[in-house]
Amino acid sequence: MRKLIIAFVFAAFPGLSLAAGGGVQLDKANVDLSDTASLQRGAQLFTNYCLSCHSAQFMRYNRMGRDLGLTDEQVQQNLMFTTDKIGDTMTVAMTAADGKAWFGAPPPDLSVMARARGADYLYTYLRTFYVDEKRPFGMNNAVFADVGMPHVLWELQGVQKAVYKSEKAADGSDKQVLAGFELVTPGKLTPAEYDEAVRDLVNFMVYLGEPAQLERQRMGWWVLGFLALFFVVAYLLKKEYWKDVH
Amino acid sequence: MSNMMTQVLGWVDDRFPLSKMWKEHLSEYYAPKNFNFWYFFGSLAILVLAIQIVTGIFLTMNYKPDGALAFASVEYIMRDVDYGWLIRYMHSTGASAFFVVVYLHMFRGLMYGSYKKPRELIWIFGCLIYLALMAEAFFGYLLPWGQMSYWGAQVIVNLFSAVPFIGEDLSLWIRGDFVVSDATLNRFFAFHVIAVPLVLVGLVVAHILALHEVGSNNPDGVEIKKKKDPVTHIPLDGIPFHPYYTVKDIVGVVVFLMFFAAVVFFAPEMNGFFLEHPNFEPADPMKTPEHIAPVWYFTPFYAMLRAVPSIAGSAFPGVVVMGAAVVILFFLPWLDRSPVKSIRYRGLCFKVLLALFAADFILLGFLGMKPSTDLFTLIAQLGTIYYFVFFIALVFIPKFEKTKPVPERVTQ
Repeated sequence: MRKLIIAFVFAAFPGLSLAAGGGVQLDKANVDLSDTASLQRGAQLFTNYCLSCHSAQFMRYNRMGRDLGLTDEQVQQNLMFTTDKIGDTMTVAMTAADGKAWFGAPPPDLSVMARARGADYLYTYLRTFYVDEKRPFGMNNAVFADVGMPHVLWELQGVQKAVYKSEKAADGSDKQVLAGFELVTPGKLTPAEYDEAVRDLVNFMVYLGEPAQLERQRMGWWVLGFLALFFVVAYLLKKEYWKDVH
Repeated sequence: MSNMMTQVLGWVDDRFPLSKMWKEHLSEYYAPKNFNFWYFFGSLAILVLAIQIVTGIFLTMNYKPDGALAFASVEYIMRDVDYGWLIRYMHSTGASAFFVVVYLHMFRGLMYGSYKKPRELIWIFGCLIYLALMAEAFFGYLLPWGQMSYWGAQVIVNLFSAVPFIGEDLSLWIRGDFVVSDATLNRFFAFHVIAVPLVLVGLVVAHILALHEVGSNNPDGVEIKKKKDPVTHIPLDGIPFHPYYTVKDIVGVVVFLMFFAAVVFFAPEMNGFFLEHPNFEPADPMKTPEHIAPVWYFTPFYAMLRAVPSIAGSAFPGVVVMGAAVVILFFLPWLDRSPVKSIRYRGLCFKVLLALFAADFILLGFLGMKPSTDLFTLIAQLGTIYYFVFFIALVFIPKFEKTKPVPERVTQ
């Protein structure tokens, strides 16, 4: 009976379909860097699930703690597993050679991954693993075909399989295109909760890509405000001098 | 106190032409009083040059020109150097801003005939500056050592290998290796931080000296030196650059900085136009990106390169066309023979062709960013043809052009 309770999750993936030219339409991540609680949850997912294989070698633990409103002790107790020096960067023990041997390609560093691929890509990627017996780990991905990475979040999401529909190709023949996913084994989280968790994780990765961005925007308003005042002064000065030009 | 200052100034002036230079280039350099919006971009180009040099110095203090360290050192600047992100974004935004400002500055020259006699050398120095700027941007773009840095350099250096007979050796000589590598990065760094900037600064000085020798053109294309005050010998339509244009240019600088700051603080990537997304992946010689596109300021020329079909498997014709697109600019003062400088008094034909030329350049820029399809290639081919047609047309327009009478004095 359990297997009959199959949730169709088309609704959870609005607009997810393979475009005619290939390539999956990406879902909007709608991340919010001012949501510190979301960043903290994201950091927890990141350090627990990603940081065992992927490094974030340009990110320091204490910097992350400061930016996310956590004390050094909180970071050390909850988020640090590979080192005990709070000023260290997020490195991993796995060597590139091991990574290549185990997964076919060394897991890339994630420091600036969100800037390279974009938040929407990561958000869609982490939610579109599906069963594919042809792959070494039994899973494939909709946005990264034949990906080497196993679905490390499967215990949260559960296991889903791809659902295809027929579509007329340009030459008139039928072709199978990805229409959505069907949950085969439920995970610890409901689909909605899982989407939220991935959003937190992606939110954190966007922060990770550029830790200075909130500070940058705060400072930007002051700079623009100063320039606006400066403009008034400069304009009046110009007007004053140019009074006698006819 | 002021007496002492006068004495110090006198002491210096006896030994160095300080007051003389101040007068010649600022307080007694008479510029036409009718400069409009388009005349802000010369001073803005100097401002951007200064921004690039100053931020560049601070970046150099923390950057490592080493194939194994370069990418990480940029991220180190972004994260661990105090305000390193600000310095880097000012530099990366400054690169694009430089081209925005220079393209508008050049367009101003086209509109008002600023390249015509007696200003041919100003125009030629300007073209050399543009050339040096392109070299500077190209060398600098390799330094972050991302995927686009790497493959962009690979593609551009490979253009040289299309040269018949010596091509392969030439590109090998430029790279210093069989592929773009650490050796290439090091020499590009040397070119970017010292060789090209030296040339650039020298050319800018020559550009301004030539300008101040003959005097500035203006939106009416009237030579203000022809009508001078009989007593003072000051052009009747001229006003001292300082203080009139210094205070006016400060307004331009502030407005420019507002746009500049808006990008630096709120959209430093400019949605991938100023900082391309794939450049946040470290250079990988084993992994070619699906779509290699240069930064926006090179895309018009890239579109021309791709538009030209290769002959016998050689891309050399495309390289020649792309090179010719830049070289032809140098000949502009001798191609356009119309005695009327400003677009205000020229015929409809010139106005339409120039507007189309600007639109064509933007269109080619757009096409250069897109993967080529049959349709896009066809449009790019037509665009490339028109680019050259415009210059050739300039030769013939004056033969039938109905120009309006040019006034004796500038209009307000």
